[in-house]
Amino acid sequence: MVPTQFDYLTPATLDEALALLQQHADDAKILAGGHSLIPAMKLRLAQPAVLIDIGRIRDLAYIREEGGEIRIGAMTTHFQIEASDRLREICPILPEAAAQIGDAQVRNRGTLGGSLAHADPAADWPAVMIALKAEVVAVGGSGERVIAADDFFVDMLTTALEAGEILREIRIPAPAGRYGQAYVKAAQPASGFAVVGVAVHLVRDANDACESLSVGITGVASKAYRAAGVEAALVGTSLDEQAIASAAATAADGVTINGDIYASESYRTHLAQVYTRRAVQAATARAK
Amino acid sequence: MKKAITLTVNGITQRHEVEPRLLLVHYLRDVLGLTGTHVGCETSICGACTVLLDGQSAKSCTVFAVQAEGCQVTTIEGMAVGGQLHPVQEGFWEKHGLQCGYCTPGMIMAAAQLLARHPDPADDEIRHGLEGNLCRCTGYQHIVDAVRYAAGKMKAASGD
Amino acid sequence: MSDRFVGKSVKRTEDPRLIQGLGHYVDDVKLADTLTVAFLRSMYAHARITSIDASEAAHAPGVVAVYTGKDVAQKVGPVPCASAGAIPGLRIPDYRVLATDHVVFVGQPVAVVVATDRYAARDAIDLIMVDYEELPAAVDLEAAAGTGPAIYEAYGDNIAYKLTAGEGDIDAALKGADHVITQRIVHQRLAPVAMEPRGVLARYLPGEQELTLWSSTQIPHLLRTQIALMLGMPENKLRVITPEVGGGFGSKLNVYAEEALLGWISMQLGKPVKWIETRRENMQATIHGRGQVGTLEVGYNNDGTLTGLRWNVLADMGAYMQLLTPAIPTLTGLMLSGCYKIPAIQINITGVFTNKVATDAYRGAGRPEATYVVERALDLVAAELGMDTVDVRRKNFPKPDEFPFKTATGLFYDSGNYEAALDKALGIADYKALREAQRQARDEGRLIGIGVSTYVEICALGPSQAMPAGGWESATVRIEPTGKVTVLTGASPHGQGQETSFAQIVADQLGVDLNDIAVIHGDTSIVQYGIGTFGSRATAVGGTAVYMAVEKLIEKARQIAAHMLGVDAASVAFNEGKFSKVAARAASAAASTEVPEPMLPAGQAPAGAIPEPEDDGKKVSIQDVALAAHLAREIPPGMEPGLSATHFFEPTNFTFPFGTHIAVVEVDRETGAIEFQRYVAVDDCGKVINPMLVDGQVHGGIVQSIGQALYEEVVYDDQGQLLTGTLMDYALPKAAMIPRMELDRTETPSPVNPMGVKGVGEAGTIGATPAIVNAVVDALAPLGVRHIDMPLKPEKIWQIVNQQS
Repeated sequence: MVPTQFDYLTPATLDEALALLQQHADDAKILAGGHSLIPAMKLRLAQPAVLIDIGRIRDLAYIREEGGEIRIGAMTTHFQIEASDRLREICPILPEAAAQIGDAQVRNRGTLGGSLAHADPAADWPAVMIALKAEVVAVGGSGERVIAADDFFVDMLTTALEAGEILREIRIPAPAGRYGQAYVKAAQPASGFAVVGVAVHLVRDANDACESLSVGITGVASKAYRAAGVEAALVGTSLDEQAIASAAATAADGVTINGDIYASESYRTHLAQVYTRRAVQAATARAK
Repeated sequence: MKKAITLTVNGITQRHEVEPRLLLVHYLRDVLGLTGTHVGCETSICGACTVLLDGQSAKSCTVFAVQAEGCQVTTIEGMAVGGQLHPVQEGFWEKHGLQCGYCTPGMIMAAAQLLARHPDPADDEIRHGLEGNLCRCTGYQHIVDAVRYAAGKMKAASGD
Repeated sequence: MSDRFVGKSVKRTEDPRLIQGLGHYVDDVKLADTLTVAFLRSMYAHARITSIDASEAAHAPGVVAVYTGKDVAQKVGPVPCASAGAIPGLRIPDYRVLATDHVVFVGQPVAVVVATDRYAARDAIDLIMVDYEELPAAVDLEAAAGTGPAIYEAYGDNIAYKLTAGEGDIDAALKGADHVITQRIVHQRLAPVAMEPRGVLARYLPGEQELTLWSSTQIPHLLRTQIALMLGMPENKLRVITPEVGGGFGSKLNVYAEEALLGWISMQLGKPVKWIETRRENMQATIHGRGQVGTLEVGYNNDGTLTGLRWNVLADMGAYMQLLTPAIPTLTGLMLSGCYKIPAIQINITGVFTNKVATDAYRGAGRPEATYVVERALDLVAAELGMDTVDVRRKNFPKPDEFPFKTATGLFYDSGNYEAALDKALGIADYKALREAQRQARDEGRLIGIGVSTYVEICALGPSQAMPAGGWESATVRIEPTGKVTVLTGASPHGQGQETSFAQIVADQLGVDLNDIAVIHGDTSIVQYGIGTFGSRATAVGGTAVYMAVEKLIEKARQIAAHMLGVDAASVAFNEGKFSKVAARAASAAASTEVPEPMLPAGQAPAGAIPEPEDDGKKVSIQDVALAAHLAREIPPGMEPGLSATHFFEPTNFTFPFGTHIAVVEVDRETGAIEFQRYVAVDDCGKVINPMLVDGQVHGGIVQSIGQALYEEVVYDDQGQLLTGTLMDYALPKAAMIPRMELDRTETPSPVNPMGVKGVGEAGTIGATPAIVNAVVDALAPLGVRHIDMPLKPEKIWQIVNQQS
């Protein structure tokens, strides 16, 4: 319950935050909603000497539609996404997934940017971002760069963010066409984290065939990943039950599976398959 | 090292110099003497420390006091106004929604937030809305009843 | 005695302070200049300490003192075990408040820092350097019982004790049975997880030479006695105060190293010192519950009649003995007859040391283990015979006229009507319709299960002959000069609501208002010696003590009232708080506590039964009497002034509540996930004082059962590292995991105490676990499944479905 001592800095602008981050280099951590970092600090698993709280920077929490994209500020809370009627209309998987994160209190404080930057292998958002082919906007000393979700998650608790960079915004291509989405999850009963979480975004053509399919899976491996085999097997099909079932059976192929006291490797593999099938079925049903 | 903070707690402005690592829950309990907010775990699971931060429920063990600079904080001690219990408090009393009472302040704060967002929740919504709060005594059933009681009471008061 | 309060769902008088955050738990008690204490705990399950260097910590900013085992261990007595002498051949390791050279579980206290605040204390912990030489850890219970290395070299093995109990010729009973079923059964380790962790505030006043301990405990007086012995100080200079206690469930029915050590530190420094357990410390170093692995043998005949039952069990003690550690499995032995006639029963217990924290009483304490074994046995028998599980139960019930019923475990069940509770539960659940729905669902390939558990439990612990430190309870009741009533109880409630339920009893007896009664508990300097709250005893034993004390007090008040009325005491009746003169026959009836109240509306007398009072209009209230008793001018000559009575109630037997629980579940064939469809419970806890509080106890108990059945399990790895060390890993049931429970009651009074109460604190934890497991096994029965060990995690179910189908 007692973190180590640290200095607490509250930049008023993103530029100030970047300057502080550069100045304190490895000693510093960015504090967003704090719902990953502060628990780690209380257990002394994280011991930063400097905390740079970006919570005071204006205009990092927003949901906008711009240039055919949904743009979400890094400090937007899970609850703001969960409660957004507009998102329920234009990208319902976002509120659907947000509502399954942690609990009400955690969703009030935890942020989308913070969750992505922390890259917990059992967090919910990474799977959704992969399924939506989202992009992450990172800002650093030398300006901004845009990183595809597929490239953003590098390993357990490791992202493509460079030292000195701050995650500023998440960009999601606005869903179009006859699309259907779903996020389904087997939650670890104590922590609420995903034992398996599967996010699906698919588009059906005029003949009901699968035009495109995107599947992100979290909780199963050291990072969230794209189930490319499932996608390849189903694009062009009529998304019939049989096709979905046999495609879903490849959901965990080619990845190193986690095992723990809640779910062994074989059970996790099985759950990944079952939940992938259920997610694709749900998304198919929703693609009207 | 210490930082000056100014915040409003239960309607009263507070100014203190605090160490950055002081958790909001310890600020409330140790600096302000508001010991109704409890600590039941170290990992943001149990919810015994729930307060309202600018009207939103938050686990005060997962917020540093310095982060609450400029915020409006409501703790369990601020729920009853002028000797009148909040409807959620009344519900917990009426429906036996507590036994040892340790989780109760956090449970009441979480329930108040739930009702602010869903004035007429179904049982399932209440149960999901309280996922962030653990109770080891009641088995939750009387807590669900208490929240429903409060919802009815608040609805009647608002003249619906 | 009126019936204005008893039997009614009176709102709790405890609640206004608790719902406003105004209660005071240990950490809410603030004393000036209090120092903070933090512990350095063993990171190894089994190791030698080769050196400890605390010099840097001792000089860290804010640090007042650092103590290690060599400073303390021989100055504070060992952590006590109440079973010393009670179990032949019992080995009790010399377990000290700080380790010296040998650590035996992860979380064992090794050193302690005292500092000006929690930050300095915690920071300094990281500066203490300990060198360990790791030793092989005995983690697995069955392996530890075998040929593995001994934790204590002097013992040569890890066997703490062996004990055989039971009556009847078990070998003959099994041999003579038509059939015998053998089944290995596991009771996993559980963590009690009271929401308030433990905590101690100690203040020694050097001038007065008085030590006060505020501790989150269930047993203030027993703690005082034991701490006085550990510290070698006079018991009358030690005061234990239990402020609000945030749940116990048995985990605070103990004497812990930290409680003694904090007292000792305060005596060294002459200042108040406080330690509040973190949740990680709580998971590591507060006792665990259950932890039995055994083999059931049950003999039965073709008609379903049971002939004998044997439970050969290894009981996980952990690495040392806490207060009741070795006694818990013996309670299992007592309850192995369940609510059935079983002619021969035997338990063979082997207590085993492992490199884990000690096990001890966790809600139910040995009885859930017994009930689970018996209730699983009944379902196994039913499955083998192809009988309905309900029919097998009925066949073996003792009938209501067979009570007191003697079991082959040496108990006399006080009263019971098992079929009545069973029938009521079957009716509420609509058992026939459930079975029909199950048949249809099975035809559709769905896995629906119906689980029945008919349980009996042992409560109101207990007659002193059967208890390690006295089984009575005490009460003092007095009426102050202003007429307010003060009740001092030796019970020490911590959520059960006895401030309310005891006041209900007293209010009805004295005819006073509920708000005029204060129930005081948990301060050894105010309250006469008591035993405490555990074993579902507070109302049946403690409440009875209150009832008896009030009866004594009324008799004294009657003498004073008679004096005031100028009549003979025998012609004074007491009704609704007023003494008045009545005719002789009525007075003798009214004066007797043995005669039940006429069941009539107030003010009406039954025609022709008791004569009308000779109402001359003269009445004195109990409040008038109280004032007179204190002014002492109008009392009978020679009578002691004051109006106070004390009673120490010694029960002649335990009480035996019972009931039927029915769970209906559906298993997701694909994922192994279990979902409740119904949960019905009919409990009989004798006379009910406050139905709402009883329901609350049952709800809470059932949900802890759901926790054991489906989610909870303390897991150590092969090295003895705790893998479920936080609430991120140890899954407590949450609101959304729980079905709405449908409760009802039957009411069979106990003959053991005048109110007929039995106790209900542990019923849910005892009755529910087998109902849930029986339901899941029933769901999987079409796949040939007969038994599954808890917790029924989805993976386990999935594997079984996978293998069987």
